[in-house]
Amino acid sequence: MNLRIIKDEKMGSVEEKMKSAKKRVYLDHAATTPVDPAVVDAMLPYFTRFYGNASSLHAYGREAHNAMDEARKNVAELINAESDEIIFTAGGTESDNIAIKGIAYKKKKGYIITSSIEHPAVLETCRALEREGFEVTYLPVDRFGTVYPSNVESAINDETILISIMHANNEIGTIQPIKEIAKIASESGIPFHTDAVQSAGKVPIDVRRMNIDLLSLSSHKIYGPKGVGALYIRKGVRIEPIIHGGGHERGLRSSTENIPGIVGFGKACELAKKRMDKDVPHLFKLRDTLIPNTVNTIEESYLNGHPKERLPNNAHFRFTAIEGESLIMSLDDEGIAASTGSACSSKKLEPSHVLMAIGLNEVEAHGSLRLTLGRENTDEEVEYVLEVLPEVVERLREISPLWKKEFEIERWRKEMEKR
Amino acid sequence: MYSEKVMELFKNPRNMGEMENPDGVGTVGNPICGDLMTIYIKVDGDRLKDVKFKTFGCAAAIATSSMITELAKGKTIADALKITRDDVAEELDGLPPIKMHCSNLAADGLHAAIEGYKRKCDVERASYGMPG
Ligand SMILES: Cc1ncc(COP(=O)(O)O)c(C=O)c1O
Ligand code: FES
Repeated sequence: MNLRIIKDEKMGSVEEKMKSAKKRVYLDHAATTPVDPAVVDAMLPYFTRFYGNASSLHAYGREAHNAMDEARKNVAELINAESDEIIFTAGGTESDNIAIKGIAYKKKKGYIITSSIEHPAVLETCRALEREGFEVTYLPVDRFGTVYPSNVESAINDETILISIMHANNEIGTIQPIKEIAKIASESGIPFHTDAVQSAGKVPIDVRRMNIDLLSLSSHKIYGPKGVGALYIRKGVRIEPIIHGGGHERGLRSSTENIPGIVGFGKACELAKKRMDKDVPHLFKLRDTLIPNTVNTIEESYLNGHPKERLPNNAHFRFTAIEGESLIMSLDDEGIAASTGSACSSKKLEPSHVLMAIGLNEVEAHGSLRLTLGRENTDEEVEYVLEVLPEVVERLREISPLWKKEFEIERWRKEMEKR
Repeated sequence: MYSEKVMELFKNPRNMGEMENPDGVGTVGNPICGDLMTIYIKVDGDRLKDVKFKTFGCAAAIATSSMITELAKGKTIADALKITRDDVAEELDGLPPIKMHCSNLAADGLHAAIEGYKRKCDVERASYGMPG
């Protein structure tokens, strides 16, 4: 099999080398992506040669400023916005904060509509605003993780100041009907924000056609560097800055611009747009090998999220009677990098709020596994995962007291509910 | 995050599996994160002749169950009851603080199995429950 092999240089004989050579397959692209070599190449001169401050009037400053203009254009083009509708930020989290708090502080009081499956960058921002006196509704989702536009519509009242619904969910990959939701928002004259951190470069986005007022992007999910992001703010939409200072980014995000990061992000957006025709079918092909083969070969395995309206790179499963952290550790031991929504793997020892929102109970959420593909993954790598995964699941089920014990599962589920 | 010992026992757990005709069975659940552990014991005189486990939980939970079976095997019931979660964690060269409750589960599981043996009733049901 032609997998990427990492060799331990210190090993002696060829056999030893073969034994220590470990296959590694990265299937956690929803967490972060590698930086594309072309992106690194684009960034490098901006550390040592073109290191000027974009605000300076001299040649160094102009070089930095021109590079930023170019990057802004590339970011804008990925979502069909105008350059002057893009501000650079320090990442997806900051973009979400600037958008949501920016609208809230502008309006000073009011009512926000969001969903129960948003990323913490949105959820915790809304919770913080609740503590400041704003009111928030967290809309439920159906079992596939879809927010119903009709629920958005009926949640709107006279005090509604913002609707924020993510484009695609980072855990289960469900794509939301944001075009319909944005239409409802626009007809009611309410600004609509969407977190497109996971969907950008994988699902076409056209902020004009889709009626979007504010949209968050993050560079490190699309093969750009970490710590850079952007917020699209439609012309005419007014927000209050939350970071005050020298007035950079039209006064909305002060701080000397991270030029190398911004240049890298711009390059990543340019590549994402250019490569979408090639990348997306590739991801679909891998995903649609991974999903049916897993669900059909592993007993009591299920797909979480929407069967059709889902990110091309997302496969999210659950396996009865095993726990996700031990599953991740076992896969890691076989060189496969994945992620889980199990309580045992979270810092708060709580199951994923997304898995709870789609109606799973805690025992079911325990056995969840997220595999997220990237453009560099190969057919061979997916084949390798399909070989390893059933073995790993079987081994953990042998250890589990709940496997093939429906009565025990039910009893334990009820105990958990009593908590 | 985990010590080598934890990883080793997670990958190659000792005394894993259901026991035929056990003298005591204890099943305890972890109310913190939702895991479940079953400990089986075979008693000879006042000694634990054999101890086995099955666990639904994280890598630390699997390693701590494996460790408690090794610690308890061959001990008298009185001595086995003295094994604490700290003993288990220590033998594993420590556990991340957030995972200490998993070793609690192992110690409780063993105690529950012994309790079931002493009461000689429907052991599994008698010992079933969540630790404090
Ligand atoms: C949907 C979503 N929003 C926001 C973020 C945060 O982005 P960043 O890591 O750039 O702050 C992430 C990344 O984890 C995400 O998946
Ligand atoms: S058993 Fe859940 S954290 Fe260890």
